[in-house]
Amino acid sequence: MGYSLTPAQADGVLGALRRRYCVYAPRRFPNQGRYSGVDVVRYAPVERFADIVWRQKSDYPVKEVISPIQQALFYFTEDEYRASKAPVRPILILARPCDIAAQEIQAKIYAGNGGFDDVYYQRVRELVKFAVMECGGGDDTCFCVSMGSNRTDNYSLALRCSDSGMLVQVADGEFEPYFQGLPQAEYTPRFVEENELKVTPPDLDDREVRLALKRHPMWKEFDSRCISCGACTAACSTCTCFTTRDVAYGDNPEVGERRRVTASCQIAGFDQMAGQRELRATAGDRMRYKVLHKFHDYKARFGDHHMCVGCGRCTHRCPELISISATVNKVHAAVEDIKAGMGKA
Amino acid sequence: MFNPVQPQPCEILGVKKESAHEWTFRVAADAKPAHGQFMQLSIPKVGEAPISVSAQGEGWLEFTIRSVGKVTNVIFEKQAGDILFLRGPYGRGWPVERFKGRHLVVITGGTGLAPVRSLLNMAAADPAFAKDVHLVCGFKNEEGIVFHGELEGWRQRFRTIYALDHDVKEGWRTGLVTSFVKEIPWDSFDGEYAVAVVGPPPMMKFTGLELLANGVDAARIWMSFERKMSCAVGKCGHCRIDEVYVCLDGPVFPYTVARDLVD
Repeated sequence: MGYSLTPAQADGVLGALRRRYCVYAPRRFPNQGRYSGVDVVRYAPVERFADIVWRQKSDYPVKEVISPIQQALFYFTEDEYRASKAPVRPILILARPCDIAAQEIQAKIYAGNGGFDDVYYQRVRELVKFAVMECGGGDDTCFCVSMGSNRTDNYSLALRCSDSGMLVQVADGEFEPYFQGLPQAEYTPRFVEENELKVTPPDLDDREVRLALKRHPMWKEFDSRCISCGACTAACSTCTCFTTRDVAYGDNPEVGERRRVTASCQIAGFDQMAGQRELRATAGDRMRYKVLHKFHDYKARFGDHHMCVGCGRCTHRCPELISISATVNKVHAAVEDIKAGMGKA
Repeated sequence: MFNPVQPQPCEILGVKKESAHEWTFRVAADAKPAHGQFMQLSIPKVGEAPISVSAQGEGWLEFTIRSVGKVTNVIFEKQAGDILFLRGPYGRGWPVERFKGRHLVVITGGTGLAPVRSLLNMAAADPAFAKDVHLVCGFKNEEGIVFHGELEGWRQRFRTIYALDHDVKEGWRTGLVTSFVKEIPWDSFDGEYAVAVVGPPPMMKFTGLELLANGVDAARIWMSFERKMSCAVGKCGHCRIDEVYVCLDGPVFPYTVARDLVD
C-alpha cells in the first residue's frame, strides 16, 4: 500500500513510530564537521520529518547504529566477566539502498563467518528493520551501480522524501497501522540506474596475476600520499574491524569493562604483535590490503558481491584526496598490464 | 544466545620457568584442544592474547608464554592458585591424520616449538604414530632455549638437530635451521613424509623456500601462523590475510595456501 504524506502528516507518523521504535536517519549536526563552520551528517535518532537529511548522503554510514564505534562487551570484577545487556527496543533505520546492501555485507562477517555468530552484532541486528530512502543519484563520488548495490528489496518501508513531504510504500504489514486514514497514493521506489562515476573492479581470479599485483609499484605511490589516518575506514559502510580494550574504572580499579573499539587496517600497528615488527609497515602496504579486501578477498571468501558498495564516503573523507574509484580503476589498468605481460590478456 | 567470546575463569596449577622470558603456565581446564590449536587468555583490566596450547592432560592445559606484551607481562605476575581467564580452543591444528604412519619432519624456530610440543610428546609416547620423527629446533641463543627436559628426552626417541643461530654449545649445532634442511634424508622417505614448520615469519618463509630447493613436495608441508587477534572468531579482522582468517582457517595452513598469503 502507498501513501502520500505532508511534512505534518509525516511528523505524526514518526511520532507514532517512535513510541515503539528507535527511529534512526541521517541527521545534521551543525558546526560539528571537521572544519570550522562545517556540519556533519550522521545517523542519529530523528523526531520530526525536518530532522531527516534526504538531499545529501550522510558523511558516516549506518553501521554506527548497529555496531557503534565503541561498546561495552563485558563488565568485570576480579573473578567474573558479565556480558553487557542487550538493547530491547526495535529499531527502524532510514537508509539508502547502498547502506542496506552494506549491512548485508557486514552480516556475512559478523554473523556466521567461521561458524561463529557475534552476539553483540546479532542482538542489535535482530531488532532492526529498514526503511529504504530513495536516492536521487548520489554525488560525484558514488558508484553503487558498478558495485550492484543500487537496488534492494530488503526493506519494510520505502520512502521518497521531498520538500512537500514523503511518498511511502509499506512492504511490511507490521507498519500498516501507522498509516491508517492517511491519503493513499500509488508509489513504488525508483532506484539509481546510472552513476556519473563508473568503476571496473579488476579480474583477479588468476593466482599469478594476483601475486604480481601485490608486488606492483603502484602501491608505493601511497607511501607518500596516504597519511594512514584511518578516516576512510571510519567512514566506510562495510568495514567491520575492531580491537578489544580493557578499561578499569578510576574510582575502583578492580572493576571495569572490556570494550570493543572500531579499528582500522590503515593505521600503523593494526597487525603488530607484541615484541614483533609490523607486517604491513608502509601506507602502500596498508592501502593494498584494504583495496584488495574490498575488491577481491571478501568476494573470494563469501561469494556473491564485492565488499565495497560504492558509497564513496572514503573518498569524501580522505584528507589527502585519495579517490577509491580512481584507485580501483588504476588497479584494473595495472591488472590488464600484468596480464598482457604474462600473455594472459 | 551462545557468546563465543565469553571468558571462563581457570585456576593456575603451576608455573615453570623455561627460560628468563618464557614460562609455562599449567591451568585447570576441561577443554580438549587438537594439537596446534590455540586459546584466548585474558586478564581483566589488561586484555586478551591468543596463545597456543603447548601441552595438555586430563583436566589441565599448558601455555608457554613469552613476556613481550601488555597481557603476557601481567600473566608473568601470576602464580599457582591465581585465576586466568580462558576461551577456546580455536582454529585448525596440525593435520594429524596426514602425519600418521609417515616420516614426520618438524622444524621449529624459538618459541615456535610450543605449538608443536603436544604433537611431539604424543609421537614420543606412541612410537607407532609415525615411521620416525626428524626434529630440527633452532634457538637464537642459549637463553632462548625452552623445554630443556623434553629436548633431551626427544633425543632418545627422534632424530634431532638442535642449533643456536650463532653461538656455540656442546651437543648443539651452530646455524639457522634452514642450513640443516639438506641433512634430512628426504630420498629415503619414498615420498611418505610430512613436514611441520613453525616459528617467526621470516624463519617460516625461508624454511619453505629451502624445503622446495631440496625437492620437498609443497603439498606435504604445513605451517603454523601467529598473527595479532582481538576476537579469535573471525570478526575483528586483525588476523585476516587475503581471504583467510588465521583464527578460523589457521593457525596451521597447508604450505600450498601459506606460500601465497601476502600480509
